[in-house]
Amino acid sequence: MKKFFLLIIAIFAFGTVFSQNETKALFKLPSVNLKTINGEPFNTKDISNDGKPVLITFWATWCKPCMKEHDAINDVYEEWVDETGVKLYAISIDNARSSNRVMPTVNGRGWEFTVLLDQNGDFKRAMNVNVPPHTFVVNGKGEVVWQHVGYLDGDEEEYIEIVEKVEKGEPLN
Amino acid sequence: MKKRSVKLFLLLMMLPAMSFAQGVLSGGKVTGNVQVDAQYYSNDDKLGITDSTLNYKKFGMNGFANLIYTNGNFSAGARFEGFLNPMLGFDPRYEGVGVPYWFAKYKVGTLEMTAGHFYEQFGSGLILRSWEEWTLGYDNNIYGFDAHFSPYKGVMLKGLVGVQRYFWEPYESGSRGIVKGFDADFYFNDMFGGMADSKTMITLGGSFVSKYEKVPSYTFTTDSAYYTVNEVGDTINWINQKTYEMNLPHNVGSWAARANLSNGGFSFYVEYAEKGNDPNATNSYIFKKGQALYSTLSYSRKGLGLFFATKWIDNMSYKSKLTEAGNPPMLDINYLPAISKEHPYSLATMYPYATKRNGEFGVQGQIVYTIPKKSKLGGKYGTNITVNYSLAKSIEKDTITSAITKSMTGTDGYKTSFFSIGDLTFFQDINVMVERKFNKKVKAKVAYYNQTYNKNVIEDDIFNDDEMVDANIGVIDFTYKFNRRNSLRTELQGLWTPEDKGDWFAITLEYNISPKWFFSVMDEYNYGNPAEKMKIHYYNVSFGFTQNTTRISLRYGRQREGLLCVGGVCRYVPASTGLTLTLTSSF
Repeated sequence: MKKFFLLIIAIFAFGTVFSQNETKALFKLPSVNLKTINGEPFNTKDISNDGKPVLITFWATWCKPCMKEHDAINDVYEEWVDETGVKLYAISIDNARSSNRVMPTVNGRGWEFTVLLDQNGDFKRAMNVNVPPHTFVVNGKGEVVWQHVGYLDGDEEEYIEIVEKVEKGEPLN
Repeated sequence: MKKRSVKLFLLLMMLPAMSFAQGVLSGGKVTGNVQVDAQYYSNDDKLGITDSTLNYKKFGMNGFANLIYTNGNFSAGARFEGFLNPMLGFDPRYEGVGVPYWFAKYKVGTLEMTAGHFYEQFGSGLILRSWEEWTLGYDNNIYGFDAHFSPYKGVMLKGLVGVQRYFWEPYESGSRGIVKGFDADFYFNDMFGGMADSKTMITLGGSFVSKYEKVPSYTFTTDSAYYTVNEVGDTINWINQKTYEMNLPHNVGSWAARANLSNGGFSFYVEYAEKGNDPNATNSYIFKKGQALYSTLSYSRKGLGLFFATKWIDNMSYKSKLTEAGNPPMLDINYLPAISKEHPYSLATMYPYATKRNGEFGVQGQIVYTIPKKSKLGGKYGTNITVNYSLAKSIEKDTITSAITKSMTGTDGYKTSFFSIGDLTFFQDINVMVERKFNKKVKAKVAYYNQTYNKNVIEDDIFNDDEMVDANIGVIDFTYKFNRRNSLRTELQGLWTPEDKGDWFAITLEYNISPKWFFSVMDEYNYGNPAEKMKIHYYNVSFGFTQNTTRISLRYGRQREGLLCVGGVCRYVPASTGLTLTLTSSF
């Protein structure tokens, strides 16, 4: 009886470790101090979505493909949230020159997602982002599982496919 | 059985602890990114490029590899860089390979310590900002110690001591100054329980920065002629030579105070900074103090964003070496944001603006409005309109000259009153952009820009209006999506000006196959150049491939000369012809 229990525990433990490998977490989100769009402090450890997947995008007001990417996502964001529960954090790397212009830009364009400010590129460096746009998919445990550089029209459809897989716990290939 | 279930219970309890321990011990993770830009230059008769104008450097390569190791609260990283040779437009002093940036960081409770190289910003950067921008070859990282500490909820303190990067030159005593800084932020809504639910958010902050430098001896001599008449009546000429030494300060301090208030859709930011007397090579060695004010006000709600900014700067070049001047800008301690808008279209960036540190007044206003979806004017998806205006002018200066140096040097330089506005226009930009998605397949953008560019001031620091460029720029950007993966983007641009290089026309065709491929053909034609032989086509053909985080692109063509600006700092890029390979990857 005891052995049986131990075996079950062992299988369970092994299974946990194994399934962890299967999601292929690339790395955990680093902890970096950012600011909210209102200037309040925000640590990236607090990026969360009740165990549901999170999308993180790096962008700037002067970056043409980034604006295009976020406009495209905004058109379908409501559907995305309804279908997968995903939450998007759009990290603006605008520096002091344009960071105070981020809030009126975001609201003026009617973007519905959460925007954070990374004025001196601290989070950008910690996430190894070369140039925007750069997009990450984070699983419910705060681990980055997928990333993508650049934006071409239609790329957002790939993002949501990945998010759907992560949400269902399917492996990514 | 009871005992056994206790054991089992303990075992079950230990499992998460074990996997946690595993996480700490083996949870170390290495991540990183790499970028390599390589160019092979060809000779080009039209642009006058020959082997000798290239200094026989037919090949240029800038590359870096960045590694970060993270384990729990500890992280360490390094960036390896190589410039072999530096690509055209980058300072030849970058030639070489090495590790100009490494750090070790540890977090314990609310204390975060960094040893090694680091990037830091106080407030909006008016008195301290270290940052890097790869495309500019800009890096003023600080090498030393940096600490962040929160002693109380809502209070954030920062302190640092270090020396700054200067190409590959290691720090030696006296080779450049030592920078020290302290900064504090007070988030009132977090500090006072009673304000936690308040709609009004208040943040106050302040900083002090000081630079110590072993100052060089700065002497100058003056000759004054006089004569005497001797007993015989002959005139004897004499020259009286006097040597003076400038009393240069060893320590140059600065301070800044800032406030951020927001309520609902309103947000207001103001920062004021002052710098003590700092005679240096960029301000003709004057002893005047520096001043800067930067303020923004915005209001926004869904579908509407209003933004207004103003700044006033006087004598605010602040470097960790007083003899440092010129290009590329090195050893900057502070950052003075240009308050014009950065544009995404190539012809609209032909006349860019960068802050004039020795005196500038600027304003900017912007309106972003979305005509609602499904309205008559807005169409099915809504229409977005952005209007932006920015202006930069001189400040009033009444020059003081010294009888000894016959110039401003050694005096307070000039008198100015705070927030005075001068007559000379440095830059002005009025622009409108309308964006509309017509249906699932068609998207279009139309933009118009009117720019006034004071070439003498911006490019050569000659403060007159003899070379004003007034340019009108029009852009049409049209995207057609064939299906989910395939799209074609067409961009037409025109720039019209009677001055400088005259009129331009540009066309870009970009075919994208999401998420992996893009092909593009582009031509910028300077058809209105007053010199017949400079009516040149700057054509480019490129393609790129992206596989998740790896992106390779190859481009062949001509690069026009111009200023490449990021964040208000510019780099001059000379004209060239050749093949460019860019490889970036993250892991």
